[in-house]
Amino acid sequence: MADSSLARAIRGASLKRWDSAVGVLLVVVLLLSFGFVDGFGNGLNLSFLIGNTLPIALVALPMTLLVVSGEIDLSVASTAGLSGAVMGALWNQGMTIEVIIPICLLLGVVCGLINGLLVTRLGLPSLAVTIGTMAAYRGIAQIVLGSDAVTDFPTQYLDFAAGRIGDTFVPYALLPFLVLLAIAVVVLHATPFGRSLFAIGASEEAARFAGLRVKRQKLILFAVTGLTASLTGIFWALHYASARYDNATGLELSVIAAVLLGGIDFDGGKGTLGGAIAGVFLLGALQNVMSLQDVSAQSQIVVTGILLVLSVLGPRVARQVSLARAARAAG
Amino acid sequence: MTHPSDPGPAPVLALKDISKSFGAVRALRDVSMELYPGEVHALAGENGAGKSTLIKTLAGVHRPDAGQVLLDGAPVVFHGPGDARDAGIAVIYQEPTLFPDLSIAENIFMGRQPRRALGRIDHKATHSATAALMRRLGVELDPDRPARGLSIADQQIVEIAKALSFDARVLIMDEPTAALTGSEVARLFGVVRTLREQGAAVLFISHRLEEIFQICRQVTTLRDGAWIASEPLEGMTEDDLVRRMVGRDLDELYPKQDVEAGEVALSVRRLTREGVFTDVSFEVRHGEIVGLAGLVGAGRTEVARAVFGIDRWDAGEVEVDGTLLTNGAPSTAMAAGLALVPEDRRAQGLVMDMSIERNIGLTGLRTTVRAGLMDRGAERSRSLDWAVRLQVKYARIADTVNTLSGGNQQKVVLAKWLATGPRVLIVDEPTRGIDVGTKAEVHRLLSELAADGVAVLMISSDLPEILGMADRVLVMHEGRLAAEIPRSEATEETVMAAATGRAAA
Ligand SMILES: Nc1ncnc2c1ncn2[C@@H]1O[C@H](COP(=O)(O)OP(=O)(O)OP(=O)(O)O)[C@@H](O)[C@H]1O
Ligand SMILES: [Mg+2]
Repeated sequence: MADSSLARAIRGASLKRWDSAVGVLLVVVLLLSFGFVDGFGNGLNLSFLIGNTLPIALVALPMTLLVVSGEIDLSVASTAGLSGAVMGALWNQGMTIEVIIPICLLLGVVCGLINGLLVTRLGLPSLAVTIGTMAAYRGIAQIVLGSDAVTDFPTQYLDFAAGRIGDTFVPYALLPFLVLLAIAVVVLHATPFGRSLFAIGASEEAARFAGLRVKRQKLILFAVTGLTASLTGIFWALHYASARYDNATGLELSVIAAVLLGGIDFDGGKGTLGGAIAGVFLLGALQNVMSLQDVSAQSQIVVTGILLVLSVLGPRVARQVSLARAARAAG
Repeated sequence: MTHPSDPGPAPVLALKDISKSFGAVRALRDVSMELYPGEVHALAGENGAGKSTLIKTLAGVHRPDAGQVLLDGAPVVFHGPGDARDAGIAVIYQEPTLFPDLSIAENIFMGRQPRRALGRIDHKATHSATAALMRRLGVELDPDRPARGLSIADQQIVEIAKALSFDARVLIMDEPTAALTGSEVARLFGVVRTLREQGAAVLFISHRLEEIFQICRQVTTLRDGAWIASEPLEGMTEDDLVRRMVGRDLDELYPKQDVEAGEVALSVRRLTREGVFTDVSFEVRHGEIVGLAGLVGAGRTEVARAVFGIDRWDAGEVEVDGTLLTNGAPSTAMAAGLALVPEDRRAQGLVMDMSIERNIGLTGLRTTVRAGLMDRGAERSRSLDWAVRLQVKYARIADTVNTLSGGNQQKVVLAKWLATGPRVLIVDEPTRGIDVGTKAEVHRLLSELAADGVAVLMISSDLPEILGMADRVLVMHEGRLAAEIPRSEATEETVMAAATGRAAA
């Protein structure tokens, strides 16, 4: 209340420090892993690391924008799973992959639009809406494909999704991702659209009074999130050469943990894509190291959950500490 | 700093050579003042003079960089607002801080309700204690009613009751009247007089000078953080006080130019929003300033919101320069040349966590663009240009608006909308919380805009402002237009009569 201006100023500063701190932490973790973790530095492992992190990174792009605007989408993993399942089912029907992919992408847009319409037209909180659609989309995926696993996709697609450039450890798929990343950075940080997302996240009412088309912008974001999620689902099925209804289960947890870890404020209005991507690769590196150390998948989820809690707490604790320090300096 | 009219009692609370800086901004420099029991003391000064900072220092929110706070003559150090409250100092901030879902009684006794056995809250005792406080203040408010939906005036009463429940000996009020209507101000002053008679010391801030003369005995004036004078108000004129605040003589407060009205710019026809306002029709011409008067709750703000597209209307139509506006679409209203400076600057006018530059920039997202990307240079120069034209006092244009004083925040809202070059400008309480000097400035600006052909619709609860600035006065009463009064016939009496439903329209 009375002290809010001071508190806010410090909060702003600590967020900035937070996302660069995550960048530094990423470098430290990478260096330590190169030095001390057996097998981390070899080309094959690095390409695994990147390949396994790409789905998180892809979905993190629209998720960052969504969280900045004060919303969230928990249904992304289910949309990815649904998209993979439909791809498998249509492939079984004998359709060509060039026809299937656009259909799946369109389906993703529809999934996103449903979330967006429920949020913007009915004014429901996105957390609740997307918990619901998370279950619904996954359920539909199971109905569509049952417990089948479709694996016989055309080799040139499988090769692209799993292959590496020449003798390097760099997966082909990293290149289109970098293009999307560049687009997302420009959209969030250099366009009027991105600017208005920050305003909407910080104060939706003030944004409306400034004539910003809040609902339309949110709807667009949800649609793009659905589109990206289905793209991720397609990539997932091809990368792992397996389309199953339960593909990408739990991906939303990783994405949200990574994005928050990267300093995107859960309350909206603050953060940078650079921070979010640093968060993604930090999480990816940790997961990779855990796999190398034979930590079970379940335990990895526990670690991700703990990270999620820490990344929500971290900036707040940092803020409290600097507030206390400022108060002491002032006294 | 002697106190001629009050030889006996010692000051309850005093400041001695207090200084406080925020980075490079020296908000207070060597300020001293004394508060006596049974006295209402005014704190005057322009926007950003340091009034709120001084209060926050008294209340233990800010620690002074230098100087002392003396309580009953003895130096004290407040480590936080709790310390000051325990010492009997209560502060009513401009924005009340009640919990909307709790009842009035629960808000007042938050965290220290009377208990029964086993630590259960004694609702009955809480209720009757609250009722007793209300009686002491001479106000009728149901202790069990939730704080949500209370008018700002009632919320302030609750805050005062809370202060009383702590046995406050010093009551500090930061612009308590800014959002109140005449009768609400009268009720508040009644409460203040009661407290004064019970021996409390009251420190009062207002930009409405007539209020200072009405209720206060002493005045301390600040200018740019420096102490200028502490003196009795008796024998002073408003002009004397303004000179102290501004350091020079003031220009005319209502510099209204005569302008030949042009074509119809804004035409509102039979506009209705069910349960809120009914069958409202009026026109504003280019070059005209039309005042929209009425009591708080008469529906003035609601009409403005609907016209701009924030709320949907149920029937009727709105036309700006011949373009029919889409129902519920602020962006099309903006495109048609309409601008709305809303009433609540903190929630509606500004994104408090954003910089001055970006707040002003928010209305220019369509124009400060090159090849689809933000043109940062253009955005900055547009924002700087308007911040300078409205004489916003700030350290850096990239500072967030929540570091600005209240009046300067209001100027940023005005800047944000004037920067769109509107053809029709609706301003809702444009000078709320703005000092006299700036008020004259805003009025001159509105007058110049009108002279340039802008159609201005001005909602204001400040009657002299309406009478001084408007070519025509529309008066609303209970959701309907009750009267339209030309400038020549507009007086306090005619406007108030229509606003209270006493006149035949
Ligand atoms: N937390 C803060 N951080 C930085 N600057 C501040 C802060 N609080 C106040 N200031 C600055 O201190 C100066 C005095 O501000 P203050 O709010 O005390 O003015 P005021 O007299 O209450 O004005 P108004 O009548 O507009 O409310 C202003 O220049 C303001 O920008
Ligand atoms: Mg103030």
